[in-house]
Amino acid sequence: MMDIAVGDELPPLVVEPISRTTLALFAGASGDHNPIHIDVDVARSAGLDDVFAHGMLSMAYLGRLLTGWVPQERLRSVQVRFTAITPVHGQPTCTGTVVSITDGLAKVKLAVTLADGTVTLAGDAIIDVN
Amino acid sequence: MVFDEAKARAQVFEPITVTVDRGRLAFFARATGQADPVYTDLAAARAAGHRDLPVPPTFFFGLELELPDPFGYLATLGVDLRHVLHGKQSFTYHALVYAGDTLTLRSRLTGVTVRSGGAMVLLVKTTDITRDGEPVAEASSTIIVRDPEAGQ
Repeated sequence: MMDIAVGDELPPLVVEPISRTTLALFAGASGDHNPIHIDVDVARSAGLDDVFAHGMLSMAYLGRLLTGWVPQERLRSVQVRFTAITPVHGQPTCTGTVVSITDGLAKVKLAVTLADGTVTLAGDAIIDVN
Repeated sequence: MVFDEAKARAQVFEPITVTVDRGRLAFFARATGQADPVYTDLAAARAAGHRDLPVPPTFFFGLELELPDPFGYLATLGVDLRHVLHGKQSFTYHALVYAGDTLTLRSRLTGVTVRSGGAMVLLVKTTDITRDGEPVAEASSTIIVRDPEAGQ
């Protein structure tokens, strides 16, 4: 059994501000080629000032937060709501807190927060702690 | 946008079979700033007890996008991709998946909600992911379609 208690905080994951290069690489690597994330002309045609980051990029960072904390095979589920757009140059910080442990399963509350305090993703993960 | 709810509910997704590529996983790791060598270096992965590079938790989302026209179903429903937002995403895991594994993805729309006369449509797509017939993961995506012409 892992040594985990309710109230434990995962070591936060602070990533570099998201560059246009990162968005281009993530589009290719993830397979999500929606031009709204990589082509400013398309973003402007939709009435936006600029492209914005893929929500799944921030969720991938949450994945790093989790697998940096426990071996991935312990991860049972992860679910998030995308609560705000991440602009280019936004700097996400991923955090997690153990909120319950029931029947060997720990529930970890997750958030991704930008430097200005905007929460962009909120959700939780279930970790097998046995 | 006049959203055809019945057409959405009748949407059929052909199963996708895809083999996870090791190089693609290394690319994904690099694009997401993943420095843990278990996700990029075969020797490190094997030293950690894995048989190959593991598929990281959110990578499955991209496997469905391997199709020639992955957003085609939205176009079929008259949805402009520029007006789509990702609302929610979840994954449930049953087994680790590795580079070289061949997976089958079967998707269906499990939720279609039309609000404000079509000004906002919520679509929930659920995907069962199997390896040799055994479930390894499920994914669920909620996408939000806003029609800017309908106003707020």
